[in-house]
Amino acid sequence: MWSYAIRRILATIPVLCVVAIIVFLLLRLSPGDPAAIIAGDNATVDDIAMIRAQLGLDRPLLQQFVFWLGQLLSGDFGNSIYLARPVIGLIMERVEPTLALSVTTMAFAMLLAIPMGVLAAWRAGSWVDQTIMALSVLAFSVPVFLIGYGLVIGFSLTLDLLPVQGFVSLSDDPLQFLRHLVLPTIALGLVYSALLARITRATMLETLNEDFIRTARAKGLAEPRVLLLHALKNASVPIVTTIGTGLALLIGGVVVTESVFAIPGIGRLTIEAVLQRDYPVIQGVILVIAAVYVFVNLAIDLAYPLLDPRIRF
Amino acid sequence: MAFDAAEAPVLVVDGLRTEFATGEGPPSVAVHDLSFTVRRGETLCIVGESGCGKSLTALSILRLLPRPYGRIGAGRVLLDGQDLAQISDAEMRAVRGRAISMIFQEPMSSLNPVLTIGRQIAETVMVHEQLDWSACMGRALEMLRQVRIPEPERRLQEYPHQLSGGMRQRVMIAMALVCRPRVLLADEPTTALDVTIQAQILDLVRDLQQETGTAVILITHDLGVVAEMAERVLVMYAGNKVEEGSVTEIFDAPTHPYTRGLMAAMPHLGGGQGHRGRLNEIPGVVPALHARPPGCSFAPRCPLVLDKCRVEAPPLLGVGGTHAAACWVTAGNA
Ligand SMILES: Nc1ncnc2c1ncn2[C@@H]1O[C@H](COP(=O)(O)OP(=O)(O)OP(=O)(O)O)[C@@H](O)[C@H]1O
Ligand SMILES: [Mg+2]
Repeated sequence: MWSYAIRRILATIPVLCVVAIIVFLLLRLSPGDPAAIIAGDNATVDDIAMIRAQLGLDRPLLQQFVFWLGQLLSGDFGNSIYLARPVIGLIMERVEPTLALSVTTMAFAMLLAIPMGVLAAWRAGSWVDQTIMALSVLAFSVPVFLIGYGLVIGFSLTLDLLPVQGFVSLSDDPLQFLRHLVLPTIALGLVYSALLARITRATMLETLNEDFIRTARAKGLAEPRVLLLHALKNASVPIVTTIGTGLALLIGGVVVTESVFAIPGIGRLTIEAVLQRDYPVIQGVILVIAAVYVFVNLAIDLAYPLLDPRIRF
Repeated sequence: MAFDAAEAPVLVVDGLRTEFATGEGPPSVAVHDLSFTVRRGETLCIVGESGCGKSLTALSILRLLPRPYGRIGAGRVLLDGQDLAQISDAEMRAVRGRAISMIFQEPMSSLNPVLTIGRQIAETVMVHEQLDWSACMGRALEMLRQVRIPEPERRLQEYPHQLSGGMRQRVMIAMALVCRPRVLLADEPTTALDVTIQAQILDLVRDLQQETGTAVILITHDLGVVAEMAERVLVMYAGNKVEEGSVTEIFDAPTHPYTRGLMAAMPHLGGGQGHRGRLNEIPGVVPALHARPPGCSFAPRCPLVLDKCRVEAPPLLGVGGTHAAACWVTAGNA
């Protein structure tokens, strides 16, 4: 058990190294002189030379990488070019809105999609199933920003029920915090729900055909117990796996959603950094997101034995 | 416990017809006009080749036919006089697992892999007897002892994959009998097990039956099992009852050509260990549901076939005692 867990944890190291190499090369191999890019349009030749020396760009590539990695490991992600502040601080300031949005979206998607998927599988082929599946195709194919603007027009502008955009910190006003999250959560959560509902349905459909489901019914168990305990627990490994890998989908959506709703989170920071070609910030954001993705999926892998006793490390 | 032939039967199946809806056309009939009874403490064996409708008969009794196409088209299933085909779903759930239980062929796949053995047995008690959970687990433990599982306390906490096939089938039996059902439906409970384990499981079923007086309907391919276990035998072919009688009547004077074919296919009767007759040596196969011939469904494979057989299905005709067979040639006087 422990040896597997340790091996699985160690296996994240090469993945993170590859991410680090790509992120490192992003700047060094981008067209043009990185020092000139960093120095900006109005820089003099001397400025550029100074920056080059500062960043160690005049040294061999490998040496640069080792130096850069060393800084990363000591928590130094470099400084933003435009704001001249440490990248790590910028990211930390923006974490709350993005984290809040991700958590509410996950919760929304699971609460919506898993019951829908179970229901569709239970009544496979019926109009209930067909309706749920049609809705999921729709939710999956309409772009997040369209859903977002639609919700804003409907619930904020027409009905005036919810704020149009913005974000309020949980510590400032919990109620406003939640009100501001409702629409972005729905806009972002629908795509993710669609994916999750389809996987839930497919896995449940398979599980409901298993012999042990017939046994459960032959014991006189009521359908909710058959579905939610006997079937869903068996279907949980693929569903949880999808929750983890679907995180990639969520991350892309976060960037769009934060723009549509003017939420000052990591997604917005990313867009700003890209527009300003603020390379250190871009690098920092990519590293943080990649690390989150890797660690969430690691946590899910390590949770499998809790879901299915046949999985032994 | 010897059963009392004068006592009213526990379960009466009367004119059961099980069918599958097939889109536009008429439904295909998988079990046709089947009637039989079982008494307290009695063992009825249902025999026949693969695809004869044995499992569907058992599933019809419990109303667990494959959804959404399977259904009971006609007939009654009377448990102590109450027609199970008519009661509500909730009433039916109260019957399943408590008054009538079922065990299945595949002990590997019939237990839930992600729940402990103890939990799976105890929840049956919980849904039927409204005891608290520790009392239910207590009953589960007691039941594991009764089915002679070694170290029952430990097994309670284990998962199905940690047990051998024979142990799993014991767990299935424990689960089926924990609420002391009036009827046990055992659908080929030993087919997937090796021979020595088979004998142990059958002994166990018989012993528990003697203690509890449960009526057993044992479905099997295997005439060796029939000879060991049955008081009465029902031979099915292509959804029809073709012969019925006490175990001695059937073995001493098999009447329907199909039954005779099954007997002939057996290597040796009552030969104890080793060879168990597999019913696969009658030339031809059971016709598929949608391709059942008019007249006697066994006619295409029958060595004694007459022209009449291909036109008109023979009724079940008494041939003495409790023995009856559906054949124009051997039971009638065509
Ligand atoms: N879900 C289903 N849909 C359509 N036909 C079915 C279905 N299940 C079973 N049948 C058909 O009904 C017939 C009887 O099946 P059943 O499972 O009762 O046979 P059996 O006698 O138990 O055979 P075996 O010894 O293989 O278990 C078979 O011809 C089978 O093809
Ligand atoms: Mg069967």
